[in-house]
Amino acid sequence: MDLSTLQVIWFFLFTVLIVGYAVLDGFDLGVGVIHLFAKSEKEKRININAIGPVWDGNEVWLLTAGGALFAAFPKVYATVFSGFYIAIMLLLLALILRAVSMEFREHVISDKWRPIWDWSFGIGSLLPAILFGVAVGNLMRGIPLDNNGIFTGTFLGLLNPFSLLIGILSLAMFVKHGAIYLTLKTEGELQDRMRNIASKAWIVFISLFVLSTLFAFFEASYLFEGVLKNPIFWIFFIILFGSTIFTPALINKEETWQAFLSSSLTIVGLIGVAAVGMFPRLVPNLDNMAVLNASLTITNASSTAPTLTAMLIITLLGMPVVIGYTIFIYKIFWGKVELTDESY
Amino acid sequence: MEVLLARIQFAMTIGFHFLFPPISIGLAWLLVGFETLGWKRKDNLYVELGKFFGELLALTFAIGVATGIVMEFQFGTNWAEYSKFVGDIFGAPLAAEGVFAFFLESGFLGLYLFGRNKVSKGVHWFSALMVAVGSTLSAFWILVAGSWMQTPAGYVIRNGRAELTNFMEAVFNPSTMIRFLHTVDAAIVTGAFFVAGVSAYLILKKKEPEMMKKSLKIAVIVGFIASFIELFPLGHEHAIQVAETQPAKFATIEGITETSDDVPLLAFGVPNTQTRDVDFRVEVPGLISMLLDQDEVKGMNAFKEEDLPPFALTFLSFHIMVALGSAFIALMGFAVLLLKNGKLFRTDWILKALVWATPLPLLAIQLGWITAEVGRQPWIVYNVMRTKDAVSTIVSSGEIIFSIVMFGLIYLLLGGAYLFFLLRTIKQGPKVTVIEEV
Repeated sequence: MDLSTLQVIWFFLFTVLIVGYAVLDGFDLGVGVIHLFAKSEKEKRININAIGPVWDGNEVWLLTAGGALFAAFPKVYATVFSGFYIAIMLLLLALILRAVSMEFREHVISDKWRPIWDWSFGIGSLLPAILFGVAVGNLMRGIPLDNNGIFTGTFLGLLNPFSLLIGILSLAMFVKHGAIYLTLKTEGELQDRMRNIASKAWIVFISLFVLSTLFAFFEASYLFEGVLKNPIFWIFFIILFGSTIFTPALINKEETWQAFLSSSLTIVGLIGVAAVGMFPRLVPNLDNMAVLNASLTITNASSTAPTLTAMLIITLLGMPVVIGYTIFIYKIFWGKVELTDESY
Repeated sequence: MEVLLARIQFAMTIGFHFLFPPISIGLAWLLVGFETLGWKRKDNLYVELGKFFGELLALTFAIGVATGIVMEFQFGTNWAEYSKFVGDIFGAPLAAEGVFAFFLESGFLGLYLFGRNKVSKGVHWFSALMVAVGSTLSAFWILVAGSWMQTPAGYVIRNGRAELTNFMEAVFNPSTMIRFLHTVDAAIVTGAFFVAGVSAYLILKKKEPEMMKKSLKIAVIVGFIASFIELFPLGHEHAIQVAETQPAKFATIEGITETSDDVPLLAFGVPNTQTRDVDFRVEVPGLISMLLDQDEVKGMNAFKEEDLPPFALTFLSFHIMVALGSAFIALMGFAVLLLKNGKLFRTDWILKALVWATPLPLLAIQLGWITAEVGRQPWIVYNVMRTKDAVSTIVSSGEIIFSIVMFGLIYLLLGGAYLFFLLRTIKQGPKVTVIEEV
């Protein structure tokens, strides 16, 4: 396969990994945020056990996306991660705290220590949910790069209004997603409350979505150039539009499984639409949007054909198996949470 | 300054992280053993052993995962120039580790820990096996990446970067397989010492002694065999590989000053950093030359100062590691001997020795890691790229100090909490509630 085809394939596969991360870890980040408002110890245990067997596998999508970015587009990996230094360190802090909180929470005996791990689990989920959007927002808007493709901005510059808005949008999206997941895993009064949170989060999500689309017209107008003539854009747009419209009806009709699927499709559509707009850019250069080559693109930031080919083979060999056993494991833990001796 | 700070941060984060995966890998394989016996012999004591050590694995695994995330991002944040230079080769093993290993171990660990009553015994046993296989594959891919830094292969320098020419050559570079075997066997030694220490402690405290005798028996046998293999043939072969492919590193770890065809093996010595020589020597004449089967072994004086790793740290790490490894064989060998005579469970002093020896393989592993990585200096990719050229250019000292302090504090908290919870869970012993007839 020639290099330019491989570069397009890897743009697509990287997007798939990001979508996989957002759909899967998205709901357990959302559960973590909702956990901050849990009312009883039983409810807290249900939250943790609802994601206990699966959250770790979900987070692997992020690690694999990181590895794939390093391998396929090393210049982007180096530029973005060193440029977003403080933001990445805060993200790592949050992910570390979140990972150990669930385990440590189970081991405390005295009740006075448990709230500490509840808080660190909640904050450790809240921060990544927002930072995910802030990162995507900055990449959509573009960041300042010099002639060698080196980041010239600052940490505070990353916290611009547009990116913060996308950060809040992703928070609302993940809370909605997590609330629907918890509706699947709970019963009775608790389930009613989760359904209520899901409906309200949907209203926040749709409002912020309209607002950020309007904002994007001014802040990142290049995203809209030529998309109306692009059939791939329309596919993602219809997925996004359709799933968003249907989600609240499915929640209210108590067709929760379908609502969760619909909420997942919203994430697919949203990231898909953004990716189509950005293609073939990976990191737009805010200081020079006129010249495509001044941005980091799939052409000027990629690895060589042998590497992209080797990686494609690894993906084709590995990912079908991964998806197979992931579905198998999800099926085993399907249904309401039951608290037993083995639970957290 | 940035280079030094970035190195301190990397050493700290990798050093801390690297305490946990060896326990996980070793423990996972021993759990496969317990689960197999529990399933095939229908012996409930092994099932309970699986539950008890499974809980300790879960705790260890959680810290390993949490601190491992840092490693996946840190090349980009702190070593951006390195990442750009080697991304064409170095990224693929990291991605492969995600695809082939992380998904497997994390997915099936959830099933193993939470699914005991939800799936058949066969599927549950399989989930334990997949955790062990996944964590071992993870070790393989990360060692592929690390070994390529030691003995790069399958690449060409073009367009100002290292570009891949042959994937299989890069993956199976001259040091990959021996470093993989040496490291995984070290993890099994660690797991065996861990299980032996915990079991010995509970036997001494008379908590579930019958159950703990079963795990102790397995642990000392596995521990003896794995410790022995670690020295010979694995340690020996690894030394030969270093001598052949990284002579400057070899001269430094063995403390060889002058090039010679009759190099002694040092059993003891104190490195003198001024003269790059060793004082107070206790040596076996000619033994290194004999073991290596090379006409001539290069000494440190054959290399320029700027191409040599720091002497004292590399030399001492290596020699203390070897001394510890030899002590492991002796201790476990003695335990096996007592086991054979039926005295092991009644000999308090060896049970106590096993308890206190529990963390020592971790010390040996850290020293081995220092030998390998500090011994590679001043190169980040051996003879290709220097460490000082690899660091991120746009990250300031202040930013790195911020992250060092942040990681320092959080790791102190994690390490403390881990030890606290681990020791308490061990002291409580297995929570055997119902002994059911199977």
